[in-house]
Amino acid sequence: MSATDTPFERAADPYRVGRGRDWLSEGAGRGYVYATGHGEGGPASKRVIVGFGFWIFLLSDIVMFSAFFAAHAVLQTATAGGPSGRDLFNWWSIVAQTAFLLVSSFTCGLSAVATEARNQLWTQVALLVTGLFGLGFLVLEGRDFAAMVMQGAGPDRSAFLSSLFAVVGLHGLHVSAGLLWLGTMMAQVFVKGFRADILRRLVCFNLFWHALDIIWVALFTVVYLIGLGR
Amino acid sequence: MFGKLTWDVIPWSQPIPLVAGSVVVLIVLAILAWVVLKGYLPYLWREWITSVDHKRIGVMYTLLGVVMLLRGFIDAIMMRSQQAIAFRAAGYLPPEHYDQIFSAHGTIMIFFAAMPIIIGLMNFAVPLQLGVRDVAFPTLNSTSFWLTATGALLVNLSLVIGEFARTGWLVYPPLSELPYSPGVGVDYYLWALLISGVGTLMTGINFVTTILKIRAPGMSYLRMTIFCWTALAANLLIIAAFPVLTATLGMLALDRYLGFHFFTNDAGGNMMMFINLIWTWGHPEVYILVLPAFGIFSEVISTFSGKPLFNYRSMVAATMFICLVSYLVWMHHFFTMGAGADVNAFFGISTSIIAVGTGVKIYNWLFTMYGGRIRFATPMLWSMGFLVTFTIGGMTGVLLAVPPADFLLHNSLFLVAHFHNVIIAGVVFAAFAGITYWFPKAFGFKLDEGWGKAAFWLSLFGFYVVFMPLYVAGLLGMTRRLQHYEVAAWRPWVLIAGIGIVIMMAAAACQVIQFVVSIRRRDQLRDETGDPWDGRSLEWATASPPPPFNFAVLPNVQGAEPYWGIKQRAIETQQLSAEPRYEPIEMPRNSPTGFITAFFSTLTGFALIWHIWWLVGLGIVAAYAVFVWFAWRDAVEYSIPAEEVARYDRERRRARAQWLAQHAGQPA
Amino acid sequence: MDPQGPIGAANAKILLNALGIMLVIVVPTIILILAFGWWFRASNPRARYRPDFVYSGGIEMVVWGIPILVILFLGGVIWIGSHELDPFKPISSPAKPVEVQVVSLDWKWLFIYPEQGVASVNELVVPAGVPVHFSLTSASVMNMFFVPQLGTMIATMNGMVTQVHLAADNPGEFYGQSAQYSGGGFSDMNFTVRAVPQDAFAQWVATARQSGSALDRSSYLALCQQSSNVPPLTYRAVDADLFNAIVTQQLPPCPGPNIERAGATVRPQPER
Repeated sequence: MSATDTPFERAADPYRVGRGRDWLSEGAGRGYVYATGHGEGGPASKRVIVGFGFWIFLLSDIVMFSAFFAAHAVLQTATAGGPSGRDLFNWWSIVAQTAFLLVSSFTCGLSAVATEARNQLWTQVALLVTGLFGLGFLVLEGRDFAAMVMQGAGPDRSAFLSSLFAVVGLHGLHVSAGLLWLGTMMAQVFVKGFRADILRRLVCFNLFWHALDIIWVALFTVVYLIGLGR
Repeated sequence: MFGKLTWDVIPWSQPIPLVAGSVVVLIVLAILAWVVLKGYLPYLWREWITSVDHKRIGVMYTLLGVVMLLRGFIDAIMMRSQQAIAFRAAGYLPPEHYDQIFSAHGTIMIFFAAMPIIIGLMNFAVPLQLGVRDVAFPTLNSTSFWLTATGALLVNLSLVIGEFARTGWLVYPPLSELPYSPGVGVDYYLWALLISGVGTLMTGINFVTTILKIRAPGMSYLRMTIFCWTALAANLLIIAAFPVLTATLGMLALDRYLGFHFFTNDAGGNMMMFINLIWTWGHPEVYILVLPAFGIFSEVISTFSGKPLFNYRSMVAATMFICLVSYLVWMHHFFTMGAGADVNAFFGISTSIIAVGTGVKIYNWLFTMYGGRIRFATPMLWSMGFLVTFTIGGMTGVLLAVPPADFLLHNSLFLVAHFHNVIIAGVVFAAFAGITYWFPKAFGFKLDEGWGKAAFWLSLFGFYVVFMPLYVAGLLGMTRRLQHYEVAAWRPWVLIAGIGIVIMMAAAACQVIQFVVSIRRRDQLRDETGDPWDGRSLEWATASPPPPFNFAVLPNVQGAEPYWGIKQRAIETQQLSAEPRYEPIEMPRNSPTGFITAFFSTLTGFALIWHIWWLVGLGIVAAYAVFVWFAWRDAVEYSIPAEEVARYDRERRRARAQWLAQHAGQPA
Repeated sequence: MDPQGPIGAANAKILLNALGIMLVIVVPTIILILAFGWWFRASNPRARYRPDFVYSGGIEMVVWGIPILVILFLGGVIWIGSHELDPFKPISSPAKPVEVQVVSLDWKWLFIYPEQGVASVNELVVPAGVPVHFSLTSASVMNMFFVPQLGTMIATMNGMVTQVHLAADNPGEFYGQSAQYSGGGFSDMNFTVRAVPQDAFAQWVATARQSGSALDRSSYLALCQQSSNVPPLTYRAVDADLFNAIVTQQLPPCPGPNIERAGATVRPQPER
């Protein structure tokens, strides 16, 4: 083994963004290869690492949601003599919420395009619009919840309602956290510009926001559409 | 203003917790005073509390775990002694106290002793074994540790402020719901675990990313050490299981705080759902603990037999097999809840199937020893103890997996003996083996062999004297968690177990003495070269302790057991490899983020427990503010100049060259 | 391990069989572990050092194969045993089973004999040689009905009914307990099971009908309050649908503690 004459050490330092070439082991008989991010060519670039780590976090979050979905599946019919979904769901509000989230995902994508173009103004505008639609979603959801509580159909009425408020509310909590994060990102992009680490965080935010949309689709299907049949 | 907090919540009228709490408080204050007065605080803050170095974090995790192991052990002493004297008598611990003790014992041992030690050892060793400089997210790593410490702190606070849960370590509802547990005990449990659970989940994300994306060049998956494989499996399980724990405990918290009805008796709540969900987490949890333990034994047995691990690929397969199947067996924890024969049989069979994977591992270790030249240093002794004892524990586990047998033995002392059998022989023995094995790497000197061996033999003997009688008592029908009992047939066995705990106390004393003596004699126990055990994996290529950047130049891995190859070549050619070209190295800056986030989490948790709502709000806002402040920093890394790198590395090479010269001509 | 009934005997037999199967593997393994450790110790000059012995197809096949075979066999035992000894499965016997409804309270056991119209607390009297069909529920938290010498234990949960069939072969006195921790009085939650000849059982029923109070809703609510160390007592009459009312929660679950050590300001939430 000769540690000196191979040029791999330069790109192998994990705290450098992976550019340039990497040396695979001699035994493989291959020459210079770009760091593939699968580890064998040395540590992956920061962008790969951060993105991958965030994906894993999203997967774990989905596992947490699954537990709540499972609970909802079990408790769907446990209405304890109280109202069921059919009696309670405000369809126009739910459709509007879905529309708001879908549009906000679209504008989030637009902000990613603007970021690629390094356009500060349009990035901020698109992010702002995303946030506003997210906020609209939360307002509508909050009003639905308040209305249900007023009717005496709050989460303490029955196990079904507990589960409903919990799973929908958990999603809403994630949206709220996302909005806080969004505000922070907008401020960071404004003050620091499109620095490499800010860009990585924007990627994470985009992933998060789109994942929330996907969860909403699942929620809509399992809780509202299927719940309608109960 | 202060929620439910009043002066009454301190146990003035109960001597045992009052005295115990006072002693602990005094010790803590004394240590703090000593640290501050001796001027160690700046050093501690700079080098340890704000450190994002995986080696430092690993040491802190392990230290937390060992201290909590002692605390949990004290609970065990109290339980065994109470049961030993409480035959047709009240004993010295009234039920409301005894019930908190066994709940705290389980909670602390699993969450704040075993998990931190295992995570600590993974933290320390995995990046070194992968040949890289640190984990994927160092500041996140620090935050994970401090959040775990927060959980431990909250649980221990319950000793003096309020009370702990009186429900057992898994807080089954409806007993844990408000009507039957109106006090703060279950709330302490919930917030301690919800907060530290976030920390553990972050560790899972960190290590999966590290193991899959950050390895030395040339280290393909099948060239990783088996410890890294088991760490990967365990962290995958963390990611798949801990969110379920968060969700389930979150649901219970919603029930208790906001009047939800997930698991209540009334309004449609379903307590069986809690049991299913919590064990969906609970079973993978024990594999999270035991898989890295297996990995440690693989490393130790291989090193001290002087042979590569037998059938490495089969071990990898068995590890991933266990990882997967562990998610399919959870129902064996409640065969007696009345699910019906088909369901019971399915889970009984799946549980037996997972035993196949473990059996394969035992045989692979056996044949690693075959044809080896075994040195019985302390880590190898722990491994031998593990091999014999764990086999017995695994056998009793398979017995319990047969539903008709479980119908007699569920929740009995037989069950208690089984899981202590596998956890002590598996996780605790591995902890001591791993700590003894990697201690010289972390601190630059070995632990005293004599006291280590004494600790081993006393632990082994004490374990058998405590738990074999408990198997018998369980077979005679004794159920668990009894504060007193009437049946004469159980008495002799409980008494023997009480004697055994005294033997284990002696073992614990030996452990403590071992550390004290080793620190005193550290110059004689010094590890000069960085390779005190004739190791085979990459961590032994570094100096002891390693420099902050681990490797001056990342190694180019060309086969399995890369360091062994390097070493053999050096011995054959009687010279070290050529000196590399040294470059400056960028390392992540230390950060107080983890510590401060945990500080505010502790405040928030405490406020939630005692219903001090304004403090809850303040804590959450402050934690968010810390996050933003951390995210705002511009200087994320600092550079170590090439000359300094060279200085560290030349010192290491000098020590190695000296060893080579001293052992010239001797066979490897 | 001293079964006095057919269920307990069958359970114990399966346990011992499984133990025997496992010992066949475990004992040689442990011997090998100790033997290899001893023989291949570094100070043994006679042991051959084979650092290249890292793989063997034959060993691999044996090492996977034997556990798989054993597990297959054990799987069969598990499947058959789980079905044979399913708590829901009645015991085949010429005698007509006696019905007992069991309610676990804090911290005592209530046994209702619906066909005989009597009830008892903390003492279960059954005729020997006759299968007993238990329907169980809980008035509060989860418990586990367990008579070790008679066999299978089963959980009790509020709002739900579980079932188990047990029988005592011969007259005798057996120890019963709860096997699921349920709070402060849990350790006192044991009860006596008396298996008596059939005529003695009829006599016990007759005696019970003549003394004690009636178990109606109000006396049940009194029984509901948390208490432990309750001495055995009987009721001369039982409300016909009492058990049902408990199961369907027409009679709400029994309350928990009224006061807490952790301060006078702590209050339990009112039940809805």
